[in-house]
Amino acid sequence: MVHRILSTEQHQIRNSEDVVEVRQLVRKKAISLGFGLVDQTKMVTASSELARNTLDYGGGGTASIELVENGRRSGLRVIFEDQGPGIPDVDLALTDGFTSGNGLGLGLGGAKRLADEFEISSKPGAGTRVSILRWK
Amino acid sequence: MERIPILKMGEYLLVTIQVDMHDRLALTLQDDLTSQIVKHNAHGVLIDISALEMVDSFIGRMLGSIASMARLLDAETVVVGMQPSVAITLVELGLSLKGIRTALDVEKGMASLRGALSDSKRNGASNSQH
Amino acid sequence: MAEASALASSSRSRLANLLYQREQDIAENWLKRQEKSMRRLSASERRESERQSREFLGLMRNAASESMDASSSAWEPVRDFLTDFSALRAKSGYSPSETATFIFSLKQPLFEALRDECGKDADALATEIWTITELLDSLGLLTVESFQKTRESVISRQQQELMELSTPVVQLWNGVLALPLIGTLDSARTQVVMENLLDAIVKTRSDFAIIDITGVPVVDTLVAQHLLKTVAAARLMGAECMISGIRPQIAQTIIHLGVDLGGVVTKATLADAFSLALRRSGASLTSAAKNILSAEN
Repeated sequence: MVHRILSTEQHQIRNSEDVVEVRQLVRKKAISLGFGLVDQTKMVTASSELARNTLDYGGGGTASIELVENGRRSGLRVIFEDQGPGIPDVDLALTDGFTSGNGLGLGLGGAKRLADEFEISSKPGAGTRVSILRWK
Repeated sequence: MERIPILKMGEYLLVTIQVDMHDRLALTLQDDLTSQIVKHNAHGVLIDISALEMVDSFIGRMLGSIASMARLLDAETVVVGMQPSVAITLVELGLSLKGIRTALDVEKGMASLRGALSDSKRNGASNSQH
Repeated sequence: MAEASALASSSRSRLANLLYQREQDIAENWLKRQEKSMRRLSASERRESERQSREFLGLMRNAASESMDASSSAWEPVRDFLTDFSALRAKSGYSPSETATFIFSLKQPLFEALRDECGKDADALATEIWTITELLDSLGLLTVESFQKTRESVISRQQQELMELSTPVVQLWNGVLALPLIGTLDSARTQVVMENLLDAIVKTRSDFAIIDITGVPVVDTLVAQHLLKTVAAARLMGAECMISGIRPQIAQTIIHLGVDLGGVVTKATLADAFSLALRRSGASLTSAAKNILSAEN
């Protein structure tokens, strides 16, 4: 999807305090876009899931928070990137309840359900990139 | 180190979560609660999340762990004050919080705990799940 | 091309010069034309219009001294002014033409002033007119777009308010809410309505909420899913949701759609659901109250 990027802000994900800061930043951006409370919470929660994945499974990485525009619509996109081991079977990972380690799964399926648009690219040895977007 | 305070209210413990918790803080809370339940021989735990604007799968798991551990120590847990936007998001996320009692506020939470306690006294067995 | 840039630089100073030297004439002429093409204005509206026009000419004069390109940074104050101006007009009930007229009615006064300036120089006049026409046209389009955007946001806000007004939550009893849904439900409306119900549950500290769908002719998969999600969300919060008013046709539709109502209490009538909610909340019914409820069945 080709969207026009109006602004972008990046944040490191190195530890669990960063995860908190990322979701607070997402909340702030969502509010500035005029998102309703439920839509804000959905983006913040999805971001929390993905940020934690980046930390726990990706060995740390970055979150890029973008205000985007497509014609008359404006939206919020967050892109999570890491240089970790990658996900061998993405489709399987998107299935609910899938567990590769301890815990209730990668939260990918949940994050996908909370967003309007969801993109993931991951290959073993090549890291992972997940993008979620919600339109106002 | 920062900790989330735990209040003793009769035979119950009350935890009010008012900060955006990072993972270590959440784990510390679990440990603290466990030791406090034993120390005060508490029979109920109320977790007030009315100030939380977000609950993700990690916090959901934390609540579940607390409830399970408390039950092993013969205490019932109730989570109170979940905000509507949080509830809607959790449903969409697919997190069910099965096995966890919930109530609208602390007062109703305590009524729920009292009911659970009198049930268990009557049955003479361990508390039944939600 | 030296000649073109010489012409261009002289164009820049020409419009700016015009506005410096003949501002009063242009302003008067312009105001007259604006008034001619609009509905009658009140005295305060006319004063406001005058103030805005003079301000605009001032901004235009400053911008034109630097550049004749409406999209350049020199013209940003002008663009900002027009964006705000159009938004204000949209909210004040002016029509799109009345708003765009602000710009387009400035053409003639400017051309008349130009003609006096250029005198016998027909080439200069032609070039000048073309440059200014391009400039005003792009500003006029900006005005129309801004007007459009504001109108759309006003309409969507009004729609939102209408949705919230048309499905009120009713308190049947201490701790028991009812949400009678009426009419066809689209996805957007259902979401708003459900959020209102959950907020009402918190505000009234109600343990029970009854969603009555007697007045809903069609329940499709999307609506059914929203209903179920609302019930699940209410349960997470610590309240119990029931669904009443399920007509035989709706019941069949739900089965055919394969929607799993998994543990949601459903009742044929609102009265049944209310009665159950009262029982569950431990309220004791006097025989008078029992009579009222059975009469409604």
